[in-house]
This record gives sequence, C-alpha cells and structure tokens, in this order.
Amino acid sequence: MPLTPMQTIIMILAIAAGVMITRFLPFVMFPEKKEAPAYITYLGKVLPPAMMGLLVVYCFKSVSITSAPFGIPEALAAVIVIGLHSWRNNALFSIGGGTSVYMFLVQVVFC
Amino acid sequence: MSKANFKKAFVAAFPHTIPVLASFLILGITYGVLMQTKGYGVIWSVLMSSIAFCGSMQFVAITLLTTMFNPVQAFVLSLTVNARHLFYGLSMLEKYQGLGKIRGFLIFMLCDETFSICCTLKPPEGITPKYFYFSVSILNYCYWIIGTFLGGVLGNFITFNTAGLDFALTALFVVLFLEQWKKSKNRLPAIIGIVSSIIGLVIFGKNNFVMVSMVIILAMLTGGRKKLCH
Repeated sequence: MPLTPMQTIIMILAIAAGVMITRFLPFVMFPEKKEAPAYITYLGKVLPPAMMGLLVVYCFKSVSITSAPFGIPEALAAVIVIGLHSWRNNALFSIGGGTSVYMFLVQVVFC
Repeated sequence: MSKANFKKAFVAAFPHTIPVLASFLILGITYGVLMQTKGYGVIWSVLMSSIAFCGSMQFVAITLLTTMFNPVQAFVLSLTVNARHLFYGLSMLEKYQGLGKIRGFLIFMLCDETFSICCTLKPPEGITPKYFYFSVSILNYCYWIIGTFLGGVLGNFITFNTAGLDFALTALFVVLFLEQWKKSKNRLPAIIGIVSSIIGLVIFGKNNFVMVSMVIILAMLTGGRKKLCH
C-alpha cells in the first residue's frame, strides 16, 4: 500500500466527489419543481438513443481490426446478439447466446 | 402495502439485471484482485466501490493510488472520465421526477448499466416505477460491491476460465440500443450517437474520445433540432 490510510481516504473522497458532481449536477441545475427549458427537455428525449450508441462503441474501443484476430470474435458475437434479438426479442436469450458464443470463440477458437 | 409493491417491483426488475450480475461479479473480482496486488486489501477496494461506485474510473484510479499523492489530479480526472453521467442525468430528469426521498439514492447509483436499463425499459403494468428503478439500481450496486469483496478476499483462488464473460456487458448495451432503436420514431439520434462516437474514436484514440464524442453528439443534436423534432 503505497499511500497512508489517511491519504487513501482522501483519494477515495476526491474520486467520489468528481463522479458525484457529474451524477448530481443535471438534477441540481434543473430541479423538479421548476419546469426545465424546452431545449433541455428536447435533449432528454434525443440523448438516450445517442448515448446507447456511444456505450456500444465504447465497448468495442479496444478491438483492433489491424492485428489478429481482427475483431472477428467481437463482430461475430455482436451479429449473433442482434440476430437472436430480432428473432425472439428476449433480452436474456440474446445476451446469454451472444456471450456464450463469444466465450467459446476467445477460449477455444481464437486462442 | 408499499412493502408488497416493492417486492413485486424487485421480482420484476431482477431478470433485467442478470447480465449485469454476471459481468459486475467478474469485473468486480478483477478489481478487488488488482487492488490486492497493489497492496490495498479488501477494506480499501470495498470502500472505494461503495463510496465512488464508478467502474472504469476505479480501474484508472489504481494507478493513481500507486503514484504520488495527488487528490486534485484524481478529482479532475474523475470529473472528465465520468462526464458522460451529465447526459444520463439530462435523460433521466423526467423519469426521476417526483419520486420523493428515494431520488437521491437513484442519482447516487446511476451508473452506465443502471442508466441503460432504467432509461430504455418501461416498468411493467402494475409495477410502481420508483420501486422498479430503485430495485435495478440497488441490485447493480450490490453486484459491484459483492464482486469487489470476493476479489479482495479470494484473490487468485478463482480458477475456472471466465475469459470473455465480460462480453455480457457489451451484449446488454447492444440489446438496449436495439430497444431504443425500435422505440424511437426517429432513427437519427441513434445514428448520430454511433457515428459521432466512431469519429471521436478514430481521431482521438480509445483513451480520450468520450468527451470529444459527447461534444459532437451535442452539436449534432442541437444543430438538427428542427429536423429531429418532427
């Protein structure tokens, strides 16, 4: 443990303060008793799909398409998730199926 | 009355969190083990997980805990790494309205996974929405802490091969993206999200792209407001 206990506690609090500001700020700036500006309400409607897009891309950020295995396991598993979900529309089935295939690919096929 | 309602909401919420259960346990264990190897025992990793509760930043913070003591740097880095939460808050303003005392806890526990689930899914008929949101939030929160605890205690005793299990998180986001896609009449916001993120990733690389992509998303959504409102 390179830091002292007191220093560690201060570090934890500093990190927590940073993340909590990002979580609470929108709710503090636009309190529920006052009506939010139309622009903010608009953002609240269009941001969710855009942010889901960002999270999906974020998950694939470390995949390299220029070196082996060229992102093939990720691409295959993602296609399977999309395929299963369009077929049965059951989230757990799609996620379980895609994850099993991915585990098989990285543990057995592309190892 | 409210106890029975909570139980009903909890039972309805649990299945939606199973993918998070699988991946948070594994990631939490990894985190606990990594902290252990740097000399921070289970008390410290669990403390960090329960107070800060910010997965990716916690991994970044491991490095910060092994170099010179610099809380200001840690604070600023935490703000930037977690900036995406600002957009989660804006998205949840309406859903998290008028929920009473529980609201503060919901905001405290609003991580990527909880946001994705609560924002995309509508609580089933007959389920009190605030209990549904709270159940999703507290379950995900607990998974992370239990995982961290197990990692800190068991360390390297875990031997079965879990490589690739964290793909459950990716699959969850893909599925919720598809749900958003089906739900919205206008597909442009979803496309803007994907395209802006890829642009940011290609230009700024995997470690610095989130903030840039958020700015591009905001600019495109603002610029296209007239078109998107129809």
